[in-house]
Amino acid sequence: MAKFVKKGKGGIPQLNTSSLPDIVFIILMFFMVCTNMRQGEHKVKVTMPQASEIAKLERKDLASYIYIGTPLPQYASQYGTESRIQLNDSFRTIDDIRDFIASERENLSEVDRPLMTVSIKADQDTRMGIITDVKQELRRCSALKIMYGATKGGKVQ
Amino acid sequence: MASKKTPEINGSSMADIAFIALIFFLMVTTMDKEEGLRRRLPPLPAEDQKVEDQKVNRRNIIQVKINASDRLFAGNEPMDVSQLKDKIKEFLTNPNNDPNLPEKEDVEIEGIGTVKKSKGIISLQNDRGTTYSKYIAVQNELIKAINEIRDDFSMQHYGRVFNRLTTEQQDLVRKAVPQNISEAEPKDVKKR
Repeated sequence: MAKFVKKGKGGIPQLNTSSLPDIVFIILMFFMVCTNMRQGEHKVKVTMPQASEIAKLERKDLASYIYIGTPLPQYASQYGTESRIQLNDSFRTIDDIRDFIASERENLSEVDRPLMTVSIKADQDTRMGIITDVKQELRRCSALKIMYGATKGGKVQ
Repeated sequence: MASKKTPEINGSSMADIAFIALIFFLMVTTMDKEEGLRRRLPPLPAEDQKVEDQKVNRRNIIQVKINASDRLFAGNEPMDVSQLKDKIKEFLTNPNNDPNLPEKEDVEIEGIGTVKKSKGIISLQNDRGTTYSKYIAVQNELIKAINEIRDDFSMQHYGRVFNRLTTEQQDLVRKAVPQNISEAEPKDVKKR
């Protein structure tokens, strides 16, 4: 009994935190494996359409992204509300795609160049006209592997 | 003699360091998955090459058109997206050897022998005013139809669905059931 009395005045015992770094490191590892680096900021609104037969992009490092959509509200005064193309971090036109593809290709090693995939991320309300233009331009640059960005959804309207 | 022990490293700040690294990764990374419909564009015809009408038999081609108000036409009859898959499957498999549906040719598939391969081509056309979501919905149905035919084929010959086959087997199935979707040359590509 005396034992308990002696301890009782010490208050709450210290929590053993020696395993805390390990726990945090495990969470850290999880995030490092499961996420990928942010690719600049979006300047256009992109809500991707849903599809059920989607495939995963195998090599993310070989992908270039073309965003198509209406400019976000803060850019609307400058760029209007029509659908625009975003390459890297800025608004561009169809004619800039050629240079964009060329520079993206330049960044890849010789072996990987034929495997380059262009991922077209377009908003679901975009009209096909602009996308057809982009596709024709990509064919002219012979960047033929493309991917229509879509999110997994069972039911397609 | 005092025993010379290496002094223990104070690990109490380890948690803080790890937390800082964790927060850094939370900020600079995203978790959005890269998924979508994979397609291959046809190469551009050379400039000097005459645009000759490829001699494709009428029965071997199905026109899938989406107009500016998102209406779908397949084989010149209006239909709903939900009907498209069955239409395409019927077109590509031609179960009753209908003379109006595509012909089949014999191809030699390694390990299986001779199989009938459909010569059917799906020609997809869209208007400049078609919305992207409708276009993707139609593409999705086309791919779904082909995937189901491939699954049937794999079940029949290997007893497993397409995704469970080995890479070599998948390539063979792809050869027997090709994905012949032609995204037609845009007919009205005007300069902007």
